Amino acid sequence: MSQPSPNGAVRVVLVDDHAMFRAGVRAELAAAGAGVVEVVGEAADADAAIKVVADLQPQVVLLDVHLPGGGGVEVMRRQPSSDTLYLALSVSDAAEDVIGTIRGGARGYVTKTITGPELVDAITRVAGGDAVFSPRLAGFVLDAFAGSIDVAAVDEDLDRLTEREREVMRLIARGYAYKEVAKELFISVKTVETHMSSVLRKLQLSSRHELTKWASDRRLL
Amino acid sequence: MSYANPPHPTSPRSRPVGPRRAYRDTSSSVVGGVASGLAAHLAVPVLWVRVFFVATALLQGFGLMVYAGLWVFLPAGQGFDVSSPGLESATRTGKRPGRRSRLRDAGPAIALGALLFGVVLGFEGIFGQGALFWPVVLGVAGVALLWRQADEAQRERWIDSSGRIDPFRAVFGNGGWAAYARIAAGLGLIVTALIVFAVVAGQVTFALPVLVAGLLGLAGLAIVVGPWVMRLVDDLGAERAERVRTQERADMAAHLHDSVLQTLALIQKNSHDSTMVARLARSQERDLRQWLFEADTTDAATLAGALKEMAADLETDHDVVVDVVTVGDCPLTEELRPVVHAAREAVVNVAKHAGTRRADVFAEISDAAVDVFVRDRGSGFDVDAVAADRQGVRNSIVDRMARHGGRADVRSAPDEGTEVRLHMPRTAAPDEENR
Repeated sequence: MSQPSPNGAVRVVLVDDHAMFRAGVRAELAAAGAGVVEVVGEAADADAAIKVVADLQPQVVLLDVHLPGGGGVEVMRRQPSSDTLYLALSVSDAAEDVIGTIRGGARGYVTKTITGPELVDAITRVAGGDAVFSPRLAGFVLDAFAGSIDVAAVDEDLDRLTEREREVMRLIARGYAYKEVAKELFISVKTVETHMSSVLRKLQLSSRHELTKWASDRRLL
Repeated sequence: MSYANPPHPTSPRSRPVGPRRAYRDTSSSVVGGVASGLAAHLAVPVLWVRVFFVATALLQGFGLMVYAGLWVFLPAGQGFDVSSPGLESATRTGKRPGRRSRLRDAGPAIALGALLFGVVLGFEGIFGQGALFWPVVLGVAGVALLWRQADEAQRERWIDSSGRIDPFRAVFGNGGWAAYARIAAGLGLIVTALIVFAVVAGQVTFALPVLVAGLLGLAGLAIVVGPWVMRLVDDLGAERAERVRTQERADMAAHLHDSVLQTLALIQKNSHDSTMVARLARSQERDLRQWLFEADTTDAATLAGALKEMAADLETDHDVVVDVVTVGDCPLTEELRPVVHAAREAVVNVAKHAGTRRADVFAEISDAAVDVFVRDRGSGFDVDAVAADRQGVRNSIVDRMARHGGRADVRSAPDEGTEVRLHMPRTAAPDEENR
């Protein structure tokens, strides 16, 4: 099972097919996230990533979306159930990629232009069980649920967002931070995070079959 | 909510002009994608089409016949669906998730099996165990399997970027046990059908079996060769279009290559000036990102396009990063132009006064109204304390919006940043929208 490293830092595996980018992120995480985030492994394609993740059981995997061997989604799909969480880190901000990756099971999606401190923050947030939504991602989510983006898979069963969840997503899309959203809507930050994870869940579940699996995984059935 | 947007003119999925044709939708196929393609063509829910096929299948297999016929004759729709080059390239090199068969889910497979079983039982119930029945079923199943494989191989041939057509690949596609199994099973079924036919019918009379066998052979040939010829004609046209597109793309790639190299050279020369470097990198990044990942171009004909163009302009002129997020889109009519101007003014204010280098622009476009929010995390100010002679916000934003039937709100507090909210109801007549 995934455990934090002895010094309490979040254990991270870096998956990207560009060695230079891996080196850059590693250096940046070492600079901005010393003691908070620790890179324990790297992989350059889907097969290697699956192996490394299975061996090291990191808490968070920074996952490139475009990856030899079927992309980041393939890594998440072939991963046997474990506590490992995925944060997509991609240069692509095409709607299909973003929504597809979130539906594949990623807990957040950030683009590669993100700064070091922001990335550290995103990693710790994902490790803490929250979802990381950038304004752009929130925009895609609103678009996806409004039906403007064609989500390729069957969406007849996709739940709609509640009014409150839509409200939260709008504020995130407008560039509000979680605590500003909380202040604006007179709710607690915890509630904002709950809304975010339920949006995420609604995005990831495309069929009753998956919903059943989700519920039984959490001993709700 | 009134979010059901009609397909607007800039929809990236819009097909080139010409007569509307039906395609098989190979991206969401259960068997051959006929039902989903037909549903898209007729603009009805795909469930209805599937129910239609299943229901008419009970009429002595009529639905099955229609389905098989359409499968054979409808061209696959995904052949030349143009996506943006970055996504296409990543798909070609296997860096994105590929098409996944929905038959992985046991549901449709069980339903199809049950349907087939029912048809067999129904047939036997009506005609008794006729001598010709099983050979025909086996033969048809064999042909269907071979066709399925030919379909797959053809699709993979289009995805293949090498250009040459390897005869092996033309038959087996990318190989894999599924392809081999399909071909072996198909051939096996046909041979079995012939043997069963010979055994069952061979003893009766001589003339009839020969006649039937000959007819079967002819029918098989027509089924296999006819559509192939039709498709060849189709493919030739498509191939020509693809060649033109490839050349265009090569030109574009060369152009971008130059622009990237130029920018990198500039960055090297200006490496001491971090503002300049950041600006160059940002503008180049926006350029590339736009080209690689966004199928729709930022033309100023739509509101989202105009906002993005506005952001790009201001990023170049002022040292500020503008993130534009849009939900929905609509054509940029005269009534909506003030919104863009007001938003521009708001971003300029961020660049000049807020003391931050970053602005978030969020636009939500629904059928009823357009809402644009411009937010920064800069120094902020006390709205009530602004001197009466300062005209920027009041004139360019609040009054401008009010003059054109909209509303503008400025919310700001010292140290918390500023948010400008623009609201404009949409009153445009629908026919004007769809122009």
